[in-house]
Parts: sequence; C-alpha cells; structure tokens
Amino acid sequence: MSVIHRRYGGVDRFLPTAEAADLLDLTVEIADRELAPAVNAAEAEGRFPREVFRTLGRAGLLGLPYSQEYGGGGQPYEVYLQVLEELARRWLAVALGVSVHVLSCYPLATYGSPQQREKLLPDMLGGELLGAYSLSEPHAGSDAASLSTRAVRRDGEYVVNGVKAWTTHAGVADFYNLIVRTGGPGAAGISCLLADADTPGLQPQRPERKMGLNSSPTAQIVFDDARVPADRLIGQEGQGFQIALSALDGGRLGIAACAVGLAQAALDEAVSYAGVRHQFGRPVASFQGMGFLLAELATQVGAARALVLSAARLRDAGLPAGVEAAKAKLFATDVAMRVTSEAVGVLGGYGYVTDFPVERYLREAKVLQIVEGTNQIQRVVISRALTPAG
Amino acid sequence: MKIVVLVKQVPDSGEERSLRSDDFTVDRDAATKRMNELDEHAIEAALQLVEEHGGEVTVLTMAPADALESTVRKALQMGPDRAVHIVDEAIHGSCAVTSSAVLAAALRTLEWDLVLCGAESTDGRVQAMPHMLSERLDVAAVTGARKITVSGGEITVERQVDDGYELVQAALPAIVSVWDTINTPRYPSFKLIMAAKKKPVTTLSLADLGISPDQVGLSASTSQVLHAAPRPPREAGVKVIDDGSGGVALVDFLAAEKFV
Ligand SMILES: Cc1cc2nc3c(=O)[nH]c(=O)nc-3n(C[C@H](O)[C@H](O)[C@H](O)COP(=O)(O)OP(=O)(O)OC[C@H]3O[C@@H](n4cnc5c(N)ncnc54)[C@H](O)[C@@H]3O)c2cc1C
Repeated sequence: MSVIHRRYGGVDRFLPTAEAADLLDLTVEIADRELAPAVNAAEAEGRFPREVFRTLGRAGLLGLPYSQEYGGGGQPYEVYLQVLEELARRWLAVALGVSVHVLSCYPLATYGSPQQREKLLPDMLGGELLGAYSLSEPHAGSDAASLSTRAVRRDGEYVVNGVKAWTTHAGVADFYNLIVRTGGPGAAGISCLLADADTPGLQPQRPERKMGLNSSPTAQIVFDDARVPADRLIGQEGQGFQIALSALDGGRLGIAACAVGLAQAALDEAVSYAGVRHQFGRPVASFQGMGFLLAELATQVGAARALVLSAARLRDAGLPAGVEAAKAKLFATDVAMRVTSEAVGVLGGYGYVTDFPVERYLREAKVLQIVEGTNQIQRVVISRALTPAG
Repeated sequence: MKIVVLVKQVPDSGEERSLRSDDFTVDRDAATKRMNELDEHAIEAALQLVEEHGGEVTVLTMAPADALESTVRKALQMGPDRAVHIVDEAIHGSCAVTSSAVLAAALRTLEWDLVLCGAESTDGRVQAMPHMLSERLDVAAVTGARKITVSGGEITVERQVDDGYELVQAALPAIVSVWDTINTPRYPSFKLIMAAKKKPVTTLSLADLGISPDQVGLSASTSQVLHAAPRPPREAGVKVIDDGSGGVALVDFLAAEKFV
C-alpha cells in the first residue's frame, strides 16, 4: 500500500490516499487563514463563531467519517482525526465542536432506518447544520444509565419532560440527540430521539460560565412537554443506551485527537519561546534543564498521537476499538494537561498572562479530562477489559 | 452564459524569486509554483455569474506541464467545469505580446460570452493582456473591475481607479480583468477536490492551434532582457546606542526623513 507523506508545522503525517493528503492541505489552509487569526478574540469575548463552522461545513469538514452516499466525506477515522488535530492546534473549541457535531450524526447514521437516513442525514452532513448531543443530566453524569429525562409516547409523538445538563452547542445547534427514558429504570429503559432545535418546549438555558472553552456554549436544556414526532425515534425503544455508548467510542477518539492538537500547540509555543527568550546571556532553551523538559514534552505528544492513530486504525479495520479509544482518550488528555501546564512554566511569568495563549491552553486542557467520560471512567473501561471476570 | 477564465502559473510571490542566469526568464525550477492570486478572484467572479445566470466556466492556461497539478487542478477545485491547458516547450520565454497570440488562438477554439482574468500577474505585472486579446479578437476589454453585473447581453463594470470607480458598459462578448476587491474567493470543498480529479482537461499544443514554433518563444519575443543583476543587498541601518542621547538622535532621524 502506498502512503503519502506530508509535513505540517513540523509534524509528520502519513495519509492513506492522495485525496486524504489534499484534505489535510485544505484543512491546514483554512485553519491558518480562518481559525488562527480569530481564536484569541472569540475566546476572550466568549463569542460562538457560527461563521467558522459554516466555512468548515462548506468545505466538507463536518461530515468526514460518514458515507459519501449521504453526503459525507467517506474518510477513515485515521484521516478524520488528523483533520481534527490540525483544527485543535489552532482552536480547540472549534475542533471540539466539529467532534460533537460528528458524534451527533452518529446515532442516525448508524442506527437510523433507511427512510430516516435518506430524509435527514444529507442535511446533517451537508455543512449548513450543527448538531448537539444531550446525554448528561444534573444528577446523571458518569452513571449515565441513571438518567431521568422522560419521554412518553402519545398520539404519534414523544412528550419529553426533564432537564439535560452540559449540552455543547445548546442554543446554537440545529438538531439535538436526546437520550431519554421511555421505559423502566436502568439501561434497558433508555431510547434515543432526534429533535429539531425549534421543537416546542425544548428550552436551552443560559450558557454556563466556564474556566475555558468560552467560545463554545454549554448549557442545560429544560424540556417542558417538548413534543418530538414518534418517527424521530432512532433505533428501537430501549436501544438508546447502547447507541449512546457506541457513539461515545468514536467521540472519545475525537476528544483524544483534540487533546493531541492542543498539546502540540502548547509545545510549539513553548519551543519557540524558549528559543528566543534570553537569560544569563543565552536562550533559555540552551540550558539542559529546559532542553530536557522540552524533549520530554515532545516525546509525550508523539506518543499520544501514535496511540490515537493506532486506535483509529483498529476502528477503521472494523474491529472492536472501544477499549483502545479509552486508552487513547485517557493518555492523550493527560498528556495535554501536562504539556499545557509545563508550557506555562516554560514561559515563566509571561505564561501566566493572557498576552500569550498558553494560560488559555492550560484552562482548556482540563475539560478534555472530563468530557465524554472522565478519565476515571476510561480507567474503569480499560481495567474491566483487562480483568473481565472482575 | 459561457465564461473562460485565464489562469496563470506563477512563482509564489511570498518567496524569494529569481531570474535564470542564461536567458533572464523567470526561474521556474527554483520556485514553488502556484496559481496567480488575482486569478482566484477571477474564478470566483465567474462562478458567481454562472450561479446567477446559469452557464459554464472553463479555465484556460498556458503553462509548462507541471502546472496541471499546481494550477489547473487547483483552479478546478474551486468549481469550474473544465480546463484547457496549452503546453508546448517552444513557448518558453514568450513575451506578453506573443503569449497573447497563443491565448487568442486558443480562445478562438472555444465558445464564450465573457473572458475573465486577474488584473495582473504577480510575476510579470504587465496588466496588458486584456487589451492585447481585445485587439486580436475584436471584442471590448474592460480592465480592473471591482464589480461586474450582466444583463441582457451587456456587462456593467465598476472599474476601480485611484479615487473611486468608473462605470463602464460593454456589449458581450467581452474581456474583463478583476482586482482582489471584487470578491473573496471561496475555499475548495473536499467534494470539489475529489471531483476536480475527474473534470476534463484538454491539452493543446502549438500545432493544435496552428501556430509554428518560430512565432513564439524567446527568439520571437518583441522585447528582450539584455542584462539582469540581483538587487543589491540592503545596507545595514544606523544603530544608535542610547547613552542618554537616544531620544534626540531619534527625533533628528525623523526630522531628516521628513516624518516630523
Ligand atoms: C464543557 C463541557 C461540555 C460538555 N458537553 C457535553 C455534551 O455535549 N453532552 C453531554 O451529554 N455531556 C456533556 N458534558 C458533560 C460531561 O460528559 C460530564 O461532565 C462527565 O461525563 C462527568 O459527569 P459529571 O460532571 O456528572 O461528574 P460525576 O459523574 O459526578 O463525577 C464526579 C467525579 O467522580 C468520579 N467518578 C464517577 N464515577 C466513578 C467511578 N465509577 N470510579 C471512579 N471515579 C468515578 C469522576 O471521575 C469525577 O472525578 C460536558 C461537560 C463539560 C464540562
């Protein structure tokens, strides 16, 4: 098999096809021209960059891992994740938004009926719409199967009542995946609905005030007799939890790729600063204590990238990849935490002020250890696979 | 309507560029080659007109064979329907006037209502191609557009000038060159990138156009570069050591340069 080599900002990439290489070229061009110049202001103002998502959508970057038959890009995860990484390197919140959108298309793309797919999927993958995924609730986080938002089927509709928490893109999304309870307690009573943003009774609340990721709105959604047509049930009643977990396998890889991109950005900033900052008459990078630290960070980033892509290839080969995705998410997000924290240190006092982006990177890294399953939950997934009897 | 967009392969203007030492033509081998930036605006203008009025867009380029990937495919990735690529070793070194003869011959083989091009190329910067083609093809040339509207067989162009714009009208067919103020070129999309690989590219040689090799190239050029020398390196600036008199030295400098 012939692979194509490309180097982007010091990062070597191997792409499986010429079209994938073209895709990475396009991604880097858009990331440099549209994301990098806009990120600082938007994060400082906490402004959601809808126009950036529109640009990405028109370029075809919002449906990459889905079938071309429905307007997707037909790309393997190995390629899609490298696109995400280059986006995250310029603007984490945008890359994370792309990952959430891709996650939001998964239930329909994978479990939807042929009629549902034909009717809805082309628009969802087409680039003009943005998706959200509402699983978490105020009292059901890691233990998602305990969720209590209820949907009752009545006259061809599901009537939904309850509160979802932490929904990324709440208030700006065009469609929402709702993981709701249609039956009894536990995982078996859970179903997945696909609701339009203008569903009456679906009420996004005030965005949370977060420590980072400020351009990405996260909010509760109150459901007050919200009416979702019954033909928007994805899969079977009772299949919702399985759908939610299987969507998260891919989502975790997305978060992991975002983490690698963020860590790379922090490393790039630290390396370039240490090369020009002089103390004791020399660049601080020339002190071995600093050089070894940078070497350590660069190695961590490389290892994280390799682990993420190895999990991606497993998934692309159609093999079970959930546990490898959990490892990749755990490792890559911990690396992002460490590298961003050390990068602040490399810049000294300048790292602690908003004139440089590394303090923001540090604030952003933390959320990656929490979303789509905290890293403790990833450890639970991995350890259970190691000792199935336990 | 049928639109032909002239597209040129140029050395990347963001990099150091040089002339060959043997014949003083642009050293293409040393350079990263890309589509002339202004031509992207011409393509965008063509795509917008076709989106509004229907029709098709053909890209026409005269360039060495390697322009197929660096320029022709890149142009097609934005959305034009097809391309015509004039390739012939003998063309090397042609001046603007002989180039216009080749392009005019190619344009005679195509159907079009409008030819669009960039107002200048970043390598030659002659700005005269529309006029030369207009003479050869006997159609109007309107240069330096910042806005084009088409209605009923006529174009109206806002022609950018130093202190505003002129309104110029012409009957179609016509040739119009555009500045970057006319639009923001779209990014290609991933789908268009893949589609561009399958779009038809017609390759034409001089023989296909009925032009003999001795009518073009360096020897047939109407102008010739006799000598070229690299720009002298910039002189080192004046260094002022601030021993307390730095402020005065700075003001003296600004006064000498007539900034204050
Ligand atoms: C910015 C942001 C965006 C988000 N976007 C979305 C979204 O779009 N959609 C969505 O549905 N959710 C979203 N979330 C929610 C996120 O997925 C949850 O916050 C996460 O799953 C953790 O749930 P929790 O906050 O309730 O923490 P809890 O589950 O209450 O966890 C508290 C602590 O207990 C630990 N813990 C829990 N169980 C175990 C265990 N079995 N073993 C060991 N330790 C354990 C956890 O690791 C954690 O440290 C988002 C969150 C944030 C902050």
